[in-house]
Amino acid sequence: MTETEVSATGRARDEGAPGRAFQPPRSWRSIVRSAEIDARLAGMLVALALIWIIFQLITPGNTFLTPRNLWNLSVQSSVVAIMATGMVLIIVTRNIDLSVGAVMAVVGMVMGAIQHDFLPDLWRFDHPATWIVALVIGLALGAAVGAFQGVIVAYVGVPSFIVTLGGFLVWRGLAWRVASGQTIAPMDSNFRLLGGGSQGTIGGTWSWVVGIVACVAIVALQLIKRRQRARYGFRLRPMWAEVGLVVVSCGAVLAAIWYLNRYYVPAGVVEQRGLPPGTNISQGLAIPVLIALAVAVVMTFIATRRRFGRYVYGIGGNPEAAELAGIKTKSTIVKTFGLMGLLVGLAAAVQIARLNAAVSSLGTGMELNVIAAAVIGGTSFTGGVGTIAGAVLGALVMQSLVSGMVLMRIDAPLQDVVVGIVLVLAVTLDTIVRRRAAR
Amino acid sequence: MIDRSGPPLVELRGIRVAFGGVHAVDDVTVDLYPGEVVGLVGGNGAGKTTLIRTLSGAHPADSGEILIDGRPVSINDPRDAKELGIETIYQTLALADNIDAPGNVFLGRELTTRLGNLDYTAMEDATRKLMSRLNPNFVNFVAPVQSLSGGQRQSVAIARAVHFNARIVIMDEPTAALGPAETAQVHGLIRQLKEEGLGIFLISHDIHDVYDLADRISVMLQGRLVGTVNRDDVTVDEVLAMIIMGKQPGEVTQRDIAELHEGGPVSG
Repeated sequence: MTETEVSATGRARDEGAPGRAFQPPRSWRSIVRSAEIDARLAGMLVALALIWIIFQLITPGNTFLTPRNLWNLSVQSSVVAIMATGMVLIIVTRNIDLSVGAVMAVVGMVMGAIQHDFLPDLWRFDHPATWIVALVIGLALGAAVGAFQGVIVAYVGVPSFIVTLGGFLVWRGLAWRVASGQTIAPMDSNFRLLGGGSQGTIGGTWSWVVGIVACVAIVALQLIKRRQRARYGFRLRPMWAEVGLVVVSCGAVLAAIWYLNRYYVPAGVVEQRGLPPGTNISQGLAIPVLIALAVAVVMTFIATRRRFGRYVYGIGGNPEAAELAGIKTKSTIVKTFGLMGLLVGLAAAVQIARLNAAVSSLGTGMELNVIAAAVIGGTSFTGGVGTIAGAVLGALVMQSLVSGMVLMRIDAPLQDVVVGIVLVLAVTLDTIVRRRAAR
Repeated sequence: MIDRSGPPLVELRGIRVAFGGVHAVDDVTVDLYPGEVVGLVGGNGAGKTTLIRTLSGAHPADSGEILIDGRPVSINDPRDAKELGIETIYQTLALADNIDAPGNVFLGRELTTRLGNLDYTAMEDATRKLMSRLNPNFVNFVAPVQSLSGGQRQSVAIARAVHFNARIVIMDEPTAALGPAETAQVHGLIRQLKEEGLGIFLISHDIHDVYDLADRISVMLQGRLVGTVNRDDVTVDEVLAMIIMGKQPGEVTQRDIAELHEGGPVSG
């Protein structure tokens, strides 16, 4: 904390008036502006909070905001969230990938066949190395399929809509061929941990560790950024905003961990483990949720801190300018599709682990959920605009709607109606806000 | 004075570019010496931009040679051109509208930390220093450039061209979108770059612009070079006659000039 105080006095000297920085800001708008908060992301968080509160009020028995439901929500959102982070980069470069559901099926079937049929022939079922071999092959296959489609888009010049529409048909068909349409089950027991389930969680203590590590990282990143800007003598964010932002984000992380940790292992399992009845053991975060969070962090890093990410946004903003700036636009496009494929492979692993089975109908309709999550999260089809965090929030919004409506016993067709309306509404709002901002 | 004793900084020799049978540029030869401004003028579709795109690597020539310091070079894409110290300010500015000013200045040539991560603060710092020289009124270093004014966007495009120690700068209509004050600023900058010994190709449809700034003027008409003249040897009317009628300065009669002026303000 001493570090923070040192820079606080340093900043106060910069501004020349020590007391002024702590003056209460006049309006919400000025708070947002001087705190340099991403207004769009903040708006999405507010929208998500509204959805949650409304569902809590109207679900029978007010069950929406129970630890159990939110825990389930986190697991259910993770598969779409993993893929939506990749879809952001695809859409930012003015492309689209309609094949993700079908690629998920073919990769899932191959991973299923490897761990259920091929590897057990080599060694035995449930061999400790099986899960990693199956996973690595699945990721490589996903990346290869994605990159292959990317090459046709970038180097041959066929529109991505067409290439991946073809892929949508081809890969689904090939997924069927892997096992002649039969279900492959069960999965390797280690592999199944990827999907969460009763074993695939990290428990209460480790969840706290994850939360605390996240908080330390938030503080460290803010400090590094601030010190860097101070070194060049740039204007710094006001101290109240800096501290406020860190406190709010760390508080949110720890509150989420605390609340999710109140989802306990079922009483039957407690008894099986020979513990006294009534003992509360936290499930803790599910492994697929951790995977999705890690993917979101890594993808944000790639999108905002690496040259590749900068080129993706450059191409999306102005393809000709990117080319004239000397960016290798074609290989960049191929990489976005390869990365998308890799993430589809990862999502497929989580999905077959959750189902404990690989089926050729895996991921049917998933491409639309993934695209919708990215778009609800603020990714624009005109290119150049979209964030990873937004897409993850978008996935959470979509899954929250579905989860809430299931609790309300609304049937599937009506659910689709609602999700469809929300999708169009979200983009409409975004368009209006952006048009106003442009004026 | 411009030293023309050595080999030219750039020579485009016998350049041809065809688009589907139409010769956009047909056997054009132009050159440029250090510290010199060569104006490239001509009407719409004369082939000025197409010619210059072969030098900036945006579009390869079908035939012809490009020589830098008297040595033939091959320029196949914008990266080759930049490596040879050729920077271009395009008429469209070629900015990524969704990215901020420092991001555009360094687009394709980002500064990174030792670990290869983008060094945002270093890029912003370098851009601030550049702008304090080029356009002191420029203050918005964090907003996407789409929210900036035409003049500010032009400053970003110019900053990008001059930051990387260019030897040759190509400016395609650099003042077309600017007001009088900003135009004067760009003119000042062109003179400054010339003082520093850079060679500048200045493309413009505004003959007065070119006449003020250029040492020599190359005139193109329908893809062909009409001729290259020393600015001091010709009048504006003679250049106009070259642009519109394709006539050499000596061939222009009083009647031609009268005709030019009857035709109304043709110089745009």
